[in-house]
Amino acid sequence: MEGERPSGVIGRLLGGVNRTMRRLLFTFMSSGPIPQHIAFIMDGNRRFAKKWKLEEGAGHKAGFLALMSVLKYCYEVGVKYVTVYAFSLDNFNRRPDEVQYVMDIMHEKIEGFLKELDMVNRYGVRVLFIGDLNRLDEPVRVAAEKAMEATAKNTKTYLLVCVAYTSSHEIPRAIYEACQEKSGLALALNQNGNNIDGIVNVEDVNDVIKVVDLEKHMYMGVVPDPDILVRSSGETRLSNFLLWQSTNCLLYSPKALWPEMGFWQVVWGILKYQRSYYYLEKKKKQA
Amino acid sequence: MPRALHLLVPNCPLFITHSSLPLFRRCSHCFDFSTSKPSSHSESTPEEIKNDSLSSILALELYLRSDAHKSQHLKDMGVAEDFRKTFYRTSNANIVFILVWHVIHLIVRVIYLAREVICAIESYLVTNEFVTTYQPLNLNRVKYLGIVIDSDEARQISEVIQLLDWFSAIGVEKVCLYDREGVLKKSKEVLMERFSSAKLSNEDSKIDPIFTKTQMEFEFVSISDGKEAVAKAANLLFNKYYLDGDTEKPFFTEADLSNALKNLGVVEPDPDLLFIYGPARCHLGFPAWRIRYTEIVHMGPLKHKKYGLILKAIHKYTKVKQNYGS
Repeated sequence: MEGERPSGVIGRLLGGVNRTMRRLLFTFMSSGPIPQHIAFIMDGNRRFAKKWKLEEGAGHKAGFLALMSVLKYCYEVGVKYVTVYAFSLDNFNRRPDEVQYVMDIMHEKIEGFLKELDMVNRYGVRVLFIGDLNRLDEPVRVAAEKAMEATAKNTKTYLLVCVAYTSSHEIPRAIYEACQEKSGLALALNQNGNNIDGIVNVEDVNDVIKVVDLEKHMYMGVVPDPDILVRSSGETRLSNFLLWQSTNCLLYSPKALWPEMGFWQVVWGILKYQRSYYYLEKKKKQA
Repeated sequence: MPRALHLLVPNCPLFITHSSLPLFRRCSHCFDFSTSKPSSHSESTPEEIKNDSLSSILALELYLRSDAHKSQHLKDMGVAEDFRKTFYRTSNANIVFILVWHVIHLIVRVIYLAREVICAIESYLVTNEFVTTYQPLNLNRVKYLGIVIDSDEARQISEVIQLLDWFSAIGVEKVCLYDREGVLKKSKEVLMERFSSAKLSNEDSKIDPIFTKTQMEFEFVSISDGKEAVAKAANLLFNKYYLDGDTEKPFFTEADLSNALKNLGVVEPDPDLLFIYGPARCHLGFPAWRIRYTEIVHMGPLKHKKYGLILKAIHKYTKVKQNYGS
């Protein structure tokens, strides 16, 4: 899980010094408020491969290594929920061979993850796959469901992987689920022979579905809203990610491409959050 | 902890609870900007403001500030109290760690200050045409501009008007103004009257006689047009498909939501570019379904707005290439 390759005494010594300095810095930063939930848009894998003249697809593999490092730093500093935007519904418009390559990487990594379950459960990481999982290939979907089931009892930290997800799919779906719930409730009331001057009364229907009902049925309703939303590669748009949940969220766009993301971007993001903490908390309370 | 240390880091949460530090606790809403003294609050309402004169703008500002002042202190104290509890719960109690944390944030503050100075110099050079990289601007891609302003800053209507003057001079035609609490909605008549008439004379731009102003169309949006609008749309869809037990109940898509919102009167397009004027880069609840692919740029606090940086941001946007996921 650490991903470090000790190579001789000096290598191990430098690695140890590096780890100690990192943990010391995180301890100092923990004197201020630490975000509870950070979300990442993993943008820039293809540009990284082009920049370093790598073969196609190698950027995504490098991106996976960066993901592991970033997760490690987030959990070390004390972040409880980490959400990553792995695959958007819009990405299905890419070339079929590229889509298949990404699906194959996801399948390979989830299978690898399932082999290390003991270690994962020791760290207490609960993995959730968020999105329209029916759009995924059968083997990927089955592996994802197995991973969710295997880590369901962990509560220390959460990793939410958004696959086949967009906010413009999530919001109408939440409306549908809310309507189903309210209609089921109305049906139950009718069947019990209760006075139908309840929620099915025509004059009252305007108040049937409220914002809290929609938020309950969102894919992301299982975790609190993110505190920081990080998009790598310097792009400043959200690309249909967590639009509903980012109302009081700090948006941060480091210029590094996703495979180049690491320790300093996480540190700088948290320092920015600490600078704006009072203001964002005030806005949350005013809501 | 020495008080001097708190003064060095104004964002430090600890000093906020020290009301004996008047410099950072002064109510910014009670200031009479003509005399620089605390003033009594104006009781005039927006309906009484008849014309676009300076005095009416000043009166509108005083009204907006008095509106906020009534509950602002109470809210601030409540927030400060909660914040202090959270801070002490999450922090490491060791005094050395807290000191080092302050030093780290002091260094961060110095870095931001240096950036601010560089931005100010850059804006000066661009505004006075020493640097012409960002001109001429191609406004074809900026068909619809969104501006998010922090509600407290939006109460300074004169600043908002100056900002809109700049956009009008640049040539932006359609603007969506958002602030969370709907402060700008209260100033709708004043702003629309000033910018909707085809006033191309430059009586207000003595400094920049070459600028001609464009007539602008406005949309005013607040938090009630965001999540609550989606809840209303959900209720519309519920009425349409779920009240009658026999109708088929489709799985709702983006198109269904868009149609329901259109029925509620939400017909404006998505902004291409969103400028945020406030202390933090946060869209503060701008209607979620409208910013899917919108470029979001943080321009800093409204009082530190810079014309040159607006040109730079628009120019940068015209160079952006979007794949829309593919």
